[in-house]
Amino acid sequence: MSAAAGDAPVLRAAGVNKRFGGLQALADVGVTIRRGQIYGLIGPNGAGKTTFFNVLTGLYTPDSGSFELGGKPYSPSEPHKVAEAGIARTFQNIRLFPEMTALENVMVGRHVRTRATALGAVLRTPSQRAEEKAIRARALELLDYVGIRRYADFQARTLAYGDQRRLEIARALATDPKLLALDEPAAGMNATEKLSLRELLSHIRSDGTTILLIEHDVKLVMGLCDRVTVLDYGKIIAEGTPAEVQRNSAVIVAYLGGAQTATGQPAAQAVP
Amino acid sequence: MTLFFPSLRNKPAAAIAATFFVAAVLIAAPFIVGTMGNAGVRALAFAALYVMLALGLNIVVGFAGLLDLGYIAFYAVGAYMYALLASPHLTSNFPALAAMFPQGFHNSIWMVIPLGAAVAAFFGVVLGAPVLKLRGDYLAIVTLGFGEIIRIFLNNLNAPLNLTNGPQGITLIDPVKIAGVSLARTLDLGFVKLPSVYLYYYLFLILTVITIIVCIRLQDSRLGRAWMAIREDDIAAKAMGINVRNVKLLAFALGATFGGVSGTMFAAFQGFVSPESFSLMESIIVLAMVVLGGLGHIPGVILGAVLLSLFPELLRHTVVPVQEQLFGRIIIDAEVLRMMLYGLAMVVIMLYRPKGLWPAPEHGVNPSTRDGAKAGASG
Repeated sequence: MSAAAGDAPVLRAAGVNKRFGGLQALADVGVTIRRGQIYGLIGPNGAGKTTFFNVLTGLYTPDSGSFELGGKPYSPSEPHKVAEAGIARTFQNIRLFPEMTALENVMVGRHVRTRATALGAVLRTPSQRAEEKAIRARALELLDYVGIRRYADFQARTLAYGDQRRLEIARALATDPKLLALDEPAAGMNATEKLSLRELLSHIRSDGTTILLIEHDVKLVMGLCDRVTVLDYGKIIAEGTPAEVQRNSAVIVAYLGGAQTATGQPAAQAVP
Repeated sequence: MTLFFPSLRNKPAAAIAATFFVAAVLIAAPFIVGTMGNAGVRALAFAALYVMLALGLNIVVGFAGLLDLGYIAFYAVGAYMYALLASPHLTSNFPALAAMFPQGFHNSIWMVIPLGAAVAAFFGVVLGAPVLKLRGDYLAIVTLGFGEIIRIFLNNLNAPLNLTNGPQGITLIDPVKIAGVSLARTLDLGFVKLPSVYLYYYLFLILTVITIIVCIRLQDSRLGRAWMAIREDDIAAKAMGINVRNVKLLAFALGATFGGVSGTMFAAFQGFVSPESFSLMESIIVLAMVVLGGLGHIPGVILGAVLLSLFPELLRHTVVPVQEQLFGRIIIDAEVLRMMLYGLAMVVIMLYRPKGLWPAPEHGVNPSTRDGAKAGASG
């Protein structure tokens, strides 16, 4: 794996706390994601994965924590600023713009990297036209990249489930993210679709985009990720390479419950 | 020319031909309708004004998905703007102003149109800013209140300072003057005489065409896509880096601009404005034009505006004579019948064409129901 060490991490979050009333949803959680990694965040239901994800992307305000993106501090205060800073996300329950075409969906992703104003659009200035052309070209390129270019002019809601996932990833990539954050991308997918998703994600990694992956599917995470953090009850219980994490007794307890760890057995099942 | 006929994108010659045909029909229309009197041409001129209004509201409701029930307030703002700046009302009520402008206020339309647009846009932002977090029904109620507040202000601002002359309205408003030619008089071009209503019709037609071009260009732009994105899913739009607050405010401001401009035209055309022209019913009718035509689809909105503005005129001229012929007396008043038919039309449209008479075309079929698509999709 090309888990390059040395250069500044793409994302560093440390000491993140988030409390909902009496529930400590996140307690001193931190991750360091290096360039070119696929970083997995796993944990049983209610472990705080999605809370952490929503804090990172500005949907929830953390009670405390420090955040750095590409070496520069950023404050995840408003989602649109997070996108501008360079984190693009997808949603667990796909959130496309259903009535817009696949192409238009990806073109919306270019919004944050383009500048044309309303006046420019009304007057069709040369710079606006050039920008519009570039947006379209880039969007088509990305549809091609995720393999759904032939549906460019289809309304997003008419696409098959797996293609909608791909479209969401293409839309996120259109923002030129430093970090692509995927919230359970394999949810609801069948085995074939998971396999092709896995190919797509390794492809994206080899093209230099860093990925944060929140996933339920342990098999997918273990087979794909360079590093993994395991959360349980809002705390980090393990961090390391997939192989290290699988041997960790706290992880086995969290996933299987109880103290009677059937040594190796469940972990072996999880290995692809 | 393909701007107007996107379906003819690959046939530029056909698009040019179609544009010329439509232009010819629109230019000839007053001469055809005018054979039955000027009332028909007047109805056409109003239809053009309503197209402008409906397209402006379509930016807010159709593109950005913000239900606005007080849109007519911007029309009122534009109309009163022109009324105050091009009538003796202010100078006759404020001696200080009369001393400064002994000739009274007679401002050029070229000054008042941009001013009306700017003031309406300002009011658009004033309305937009406090309602940014509201959606759906809540937004509708606040905008409805805003529309009524403006009307009630206009109705009551005759004391202590007589700014709007209250319910009596403002009279003696200057007609539009372009290059020294007053649109209030018949223009003799030598080969043809153009009465005042014809001139106004052509002016409104030009403004409508400009409005259509602006709307189409906005729709196909970065901003237009951002509007549609927040309409479809504002959380996803935020996550894509769209500043939802600014984009919504721009929708309110730009939508209001068109309302303001049509308001100035209305005041100049009528020569008289009073608060009763800006009732809640007017807001609802403009919204009905947008929804009935096809929310967010420019040709549909134009169709809706033309139908709903010409329809009452048609009724007015047919209902009474027909009843007199049939029964010898008038059983149902035209105005009552109009409201009944509006209601009926709404119910029928919502039942059988919920997306409007001419909705945006559908793109694509469900790939999962198509042969081999499933295998292709995951491969």
